[in-house]
Amino acid sequence: MRLAPSVREAMLAAVPSLRAFAISLSGNVDRADDLVQETLLRAMANIDSFQPGTNMSAWLFTILRNLFRSEYRKRRREVEDADGSYAESLKSHPEQHSRVEFEEFRVALAKLPPDQREALVLVGASGFSYEEAAAICDCAVGTIKSRVNRARTRLAELLAIDSADDFGPDRTTRAILSAGGRR
Amino acid sequence: MQTEVQARKTRGRLNRDVQSKLGRVLQNYFDDMVKQGVPDRFKTLLQQYEERKDKGSS
Repeated sequence: MRLAPSVREAMLAAVPSLRAFAISLSGNVDRADDLVQETLLRAMANIDSFQPGTNMSAWLFTILRNLFRSEYRKRRREVEDADGSYAESLKSHPEQHSRVEFEEFRVALAKLPPDQREALVLVGASGFSYEEAAAICDCAVGTIKSRVNRARTRLAELLAIDSADDFGPDRTTRAILSAGGRR
Repeated sequence: MQTEVQARKTRGRLNRDVQSKLGRVLQNYFDDMVKQGVPDRFKTLLQQYEERKDKGSS
């Protein structure tokens, strides 16, 4: 069965943020790309269960998140991004912000428990509402809110941000924060 | 000086500035990945899937 052009377009349009979500979850670009590929294959095989007019992006995120969850349970003991392929893959992109800043942020993000990390990334970066994030993670809206709050608090600790005027003693941390304000 | 109640209120809750800075860093981190666009392998994947399906159904 051919995909309707609008469905195909919507799928491809969702790929960049779907992929960013996968990288945030897995901490590894190769694994993230495999997750995206598996997600797209499942989506195409089950395209009949997609309701036209609903949010394609949320549907794909849900599939990917479930795939990651079942894979994560299997691979729990593996060290994330042991080969540093994430950092490697980003080297060729001149537009990005300083590598050091992002490495530090990535490492901090990876230290969060998976449920907090996914909630934070869905709400704080992927543009989903608390309600949509709750649907994607199959949990209550209140659960998402508390996960996001805990994630923020933990990240602030990890990056040594205590208050707006006191960014911690570390130069790199200050660099991260000024990078955040550059736009 | 902070009262006991104020101290309790601020504990475990981030102030607005810290929250918004964290938010911006997270958004920048995410957007840098989004900017990489759609890798060719995924365009090819959709194409191949459709071609395979076409063959299978004819």
